[in-house]
Amino acid sequence: MSLLSVENLVVRHGLLQAVRGVSFSVERGETLALVGANGAGKTTLLRAIAGAHQPAAGRVLLDGADLTSVPSHSRVGMGIALVPEGRKLFVRMTVEENLLLGRTAGRPGEWSVDKVLEMFPNLKPRRHARTGYLSGGEQQATAIGRALMSNPDVLLLDEVSLGLSPLIVDRVYAALQGLIASGTTIILVEQDLNRALSVSDKVICMLEGRIALAADSKSVSRDEVTKAYFGLHRQKAEPA
Amino acid sequence: MTNQIIQGILLGGYYALIACGLSFMFSVMRIINLAHGSLAVFAAYALWWLASRLHIPPFFGLLIVLPVMAVIGWALQRFLLERSARGGALLPILTTFGLAIVIDNMLFEQFGADTRSLAPFIGSLSYDSWEWPGGIYVGKLAVIMFATAVILLGGLQLFLTRTRLGRSIRATSEDPDTAGLVGVDARRANAIAAAIAMVTVGLAGAFLGMRATFDPYAGAPQLLFAFEAAVIGGAGSLWGTLIGGIVLALAQTLGAQVHPQGFLIGGHAMFLVVLFVRLSASGLGLRGLLRLPSRSGS
Repeated sequence: MSLLSVENLVVRHGLLQAVRGVSFSVERGETLALVGANGAGKTTLLRAIAGAHQPAAGRVLLDGADLTSVPSHSRVGMGIALVPEGRKLFVRMTVEENLLLGRTAGRPGEWSVDKVLEMFPNLKPRRHARTGYLSGGEQQATAIGRALMSNPDVLLLDEVSLGLSPLIVDRVYAALQGLIASGTTIILVEQDLNRALSVSDKVICMLEGRIALAADSKSVSRDEVTKAYFGLHRQKAEPA
Repeated sequence: MTNQIIQGILLGGYYALIACGLSFMFSVMRIINLAHGSLAVFAAYALWWLASRLHIPPFFGLLIVLPVMAVIGWALQRFLLERSARGGALLPILTTFGLAIVIDNMLFEQFGADTRSLAPFIGSLSYDSWEWPGGIYVGKLAVIMFATAVILLGGLQLFLTRTRLGRSIRATSEDPDTAGLVGVDARRANAIAAAIAMVTVGLAGAFLGMRATFDPYAGAPQLLFAFEAAVIGGAGSLWGTLIGGIVLALAQTLGAQVHPQGFLIGGHAMFLVVLFVRLSASGLGLRGLLRLPSRSGS
């Protein structure tokens, strides 16, 4: 049984249908990259999996349990954590307080404040600083650490490299490689195709709310993904 | 003058107590609770009823009234404020305004227009005082009120910063949607915050009844004092609320020194000055406030 399954998911923003009947599944320990142009529905899909958007149709299953009507805070307790686009830190709270908030759901596991600070050493001297005063890289590290503190089964990462300098992106991805190597199941939304293909096991390219391409990252060529990205290559949506 | 300053500071403790709940609800739920004063008077009446009918002294009565106020706060948030907040920012204000009218008239129907006080039920505490060096007399009740305010505000500060629930409440106040994404039940956090706010309202109501008289329509002036203290101290800041209460009380005391009827005017004047300074600092001065909206198309 797949760890996470999405079945015919439809998500609307008012009259706009942002996600149109998307289906895929992720196995335990896999890394899935979601790529696509702006407005393709990647963020909406990720947020629907996390429970921030209620789908109009379809289901989200975690280990076979239907999460579709479960509120977002309960999904964290069931093992889904989202690192949202734009980090969405609590800027009036310190790094440590943001990290401790990740423990609210009370899932047992290996992650602690000290372990996060070990993973992101640049946060150590900033432990008691308000996150509103951090650099973009430090904020992203805090956002990832906060999600890890909930000891998730599935980690959803939404554009973690957005707005960061290449050097900082390298550092963030070095940390992510460690997570991937440790067997954490990850769904990653990424604009940078090369990075997405290099870190993932599977790739899904979305176009106008639908899956334009679903393939194995190691066997698909960058050219094929680029064609799907721009709508030049479209295959029938089918489970990845 | 030293005596007046000390009395003013101690009176500030009461204003901080009454403003604490208003400020707390505003900072967490972004709701200005116009029923705040009426709920404090309701708590005072509840204590008076327990004392006069069941002979339960007010300080013991708090053990009954404060949990009841917590339940009222939780229910208010869950069944009234949460629903009205979905209709925009104005609707909760109108809802609490309506609630204040309902509470005031319900108290009037139940207890009549007579003024009441809890002072007869607390023995000599309502008028006893300590003599300090320099011939200064400070009321024991005023000192207890001030100490209660400091302990309450300090306790709330510790609760908000050191406990998981406190952090959840702060996260909800900052961004309820993201709070949900890190595992915080924002509805529960808001309901608990409302319950805590109502406990502080209950305490303020108790001290209102002990230090003065009250009647069914005494809520409006209490709301005004709470609002002024909260604005002076910076709405949402707990220690700011204490400073706001003290500044308001000192301004009132100073006003009373200038003119016998200057007590309230002194406080109002201080509130307006601070409000003007705050608006100016945020780039919206008096001219901005008075500026008429431009006509469409012009």
